[in-house]
Amino acid sequence: MADVVVEQGRLARTASPRKRASLRNAMGRKSTVAFFLTLPLILLIALLVLYPAFYSVYLATLNKAMTKFVGLSNFTFLFKRETFWMVVRQSCIFAITAVVFKALIGFIVAHFVHNIPGKKQRKWRGMLLVPWVIPPAMSTLAWLWLFDPSYSAFNYTLSFFGVGPIPWLGDTFWARFSVILVNVWYGAPFFLIMYLAALKSVPDQLYEAAAIDGANWWQKIWHITLPMMRNIIAITTLFSLIVTFANFDIVRILTSGGPLDRTHLFATWAFQVGIQSSDIPLGACVSLFMVPILAVAAVFILRDVNKRGNEA
Amino acid sequence: MSTLSIDKAGPTRKVKLRSMSRDRTWALRWSYFFLVLFAIFFLIPPVYMLITSLKSSAEISAATNPWWVFHPTLSNYVELLTSNQFLRFFWNSSIISIVVVIVTMLISIPAAFALARMKFWGSATLATGVFLTYLIPDSLLFIPLFKVLATVQEFTGIPLLNRWYVLVFIYPTLTVPFCTWIMIGYFASIPKELDEAALIDGASWLQTLTRIFIPVALPGLIAATIFAFTVSWAQFLYPLVFTTSIDQLVLPVGITTTLIKGDVFNWGQIMTGALLGAAPPLIIYAFLMDYYIAGLTAGATKG
Repeated sequence: MADVVVEQGRLARTASPRKRASLRNAMGRKSTVAFFLTLPLILLIALLVLYPAFYSVYLATLNKAMTKFVGLSNFTFLFKRETFWMVVRQSCIFAITAVVFKALIGFIVAHFVHNIPGKKQRKWRGMLLVPWVIPPAMSTLAWLWLFDPSYSAFNYTLSFFGVGPIPWLGDTFWARFSVILVNVWYGAPFFLIMYLAALKSVPDQLYEAAAIDGANWWQKIWHITLPMMRNIIAITTLFSLIVTFANFDIVRILTSGGPLDRTHLFATWAFQVGIQSSDIPLGACVSLFMVPILAVAAVFILRDVNKRGNEA
Repeated sequence: MSTLSIDKAGPTRKVKLRSMSRDRTWALRWSYFFLVLFAIFFLIPPVYMLITSLKSSAEISAATNPWWVFHPTLSNYVELLTSNQFLRFFWNSSIISIVVVIVTMLISIPAAFALARMKFWGSATLATGVFLTYLIPDSLLFIPLFKVLATVQEFTGIPLLNRWYVLVFIYPTLTVPFCTWIMIGYFASIPKELDEAALIDGASWLQTLTRIFIPVALPGLIAATIFAFTVSWAQFLYPLVFTTSIDQLVLPVGITTTLIKGDVFNWGQIMTGALLGAAPPLIIYAFLMDYYIAGLTAGATKG
């Protein structure tokens, strides 16, 4: 409707020769303008995201020197390696444990922040979001120093409680624990902010009605808070699952996969195999194993985001 | 009937002796108690960075109480801020982040405008595609991108690997999808009457965008800018893979690779560098917290 008005107005005003007018019409036409406005975006995604993504599938079928097509032998080679299955297991443990703790801490702390009076909430929220703002590579360096074998500030503090020095990054269990701890520390504030925003959108009348009906705090959470926040919880958790599963910075700086590859994730192992040992096809192959879980999470996120869009 | 229900309610009321306001006070006290605990957990690393950055190497290796500075000194800061190498990292990071922010805005604002307002063939699919692109992590693309860059360099003779400017082309793949996505949300929330009025007055599509959409959606624009800046500033994997020479490194990679010399960790300087590297995002956050949080939550709530 609006288009017609514009074009008529132009024709009447300019009264230029027909040829120029038709060119102008073409330029002013909605679809042409829209095409030119989205062209940079389409080019960027096609050239630097989609093309490399499909190219890595091709790369994964080459030999180490990238001269010969070897089919699926890179994949079968990986399946036979003990380290590969360890990386699969570790990535799953890492992602699931970290996301569960991030979600729990975020949920609990969001309630505490929501409880306190409105004016002070801003200050606390600002303080609690700091881990998310610091670049992860920088904050992981601080954790590395906190975990330092000989000068560990944690071990210094623990020694007052009679707890012996803990080999934070030297022992398999503690290394995995530390890596997950740092990830939880970094990611929990994101959940906190999302949940806090969701908590604020739950109408107070529901809680008042529940209180009059004699509901205790647990019933309020179970029957009001959780159902009202279900969508946000789902989107945040799935999104965090993707990011955590593909995490690189924390493990790379904290342990570089050690001790004895016991903390390697897909990303860090792909880096070690593909870039450091310069076996690009095998590295591409390793990182491709992230695709299935990412795809599943993405499909669910998309469903929830669309659902939310329809509700609004 | 009504008397019966009152009888039933009676005993349950008696069990709860505390009044509602006293319940509230206790809930508040417990909330503060746990908030303090969590705040300590969340703030230990940055505070420890600050503590260590004020210590001299002698004090660190003396292994005194790590949580206290006995002889505060600014020598670490002086040393880093006068070192050409560190300033070079800072400069590389700054220039890359600023250029990436500009490129991101130039790509995502027009695209978001087209996707939010001009329903054209495939626009819905493209919007979904943009969101999906945002979910593709950097750790999936760094190996093929490395190979692509090497091949392009070989064919055209333009040096791409080990050059900081290649990051300006790569970073938008991380920033543009999210920025486009939240700008679509902000643009879609602008009432249709506004741009219809502009069109009737004879404004072109571009004029509608620059005169109406950008000013009205300015908060969203600021949120997207902050997001693009912090993502480019913090990116670690791509520069680690694509750049190796010391004069081409960005801050996060520079600190982790050059300040750690062999087995000698100069922790005072590393922590100072990390703190200085964390400073720009922290300063932006301190001043524009509300925009920062709006951008954070917009990804899931708008759309």
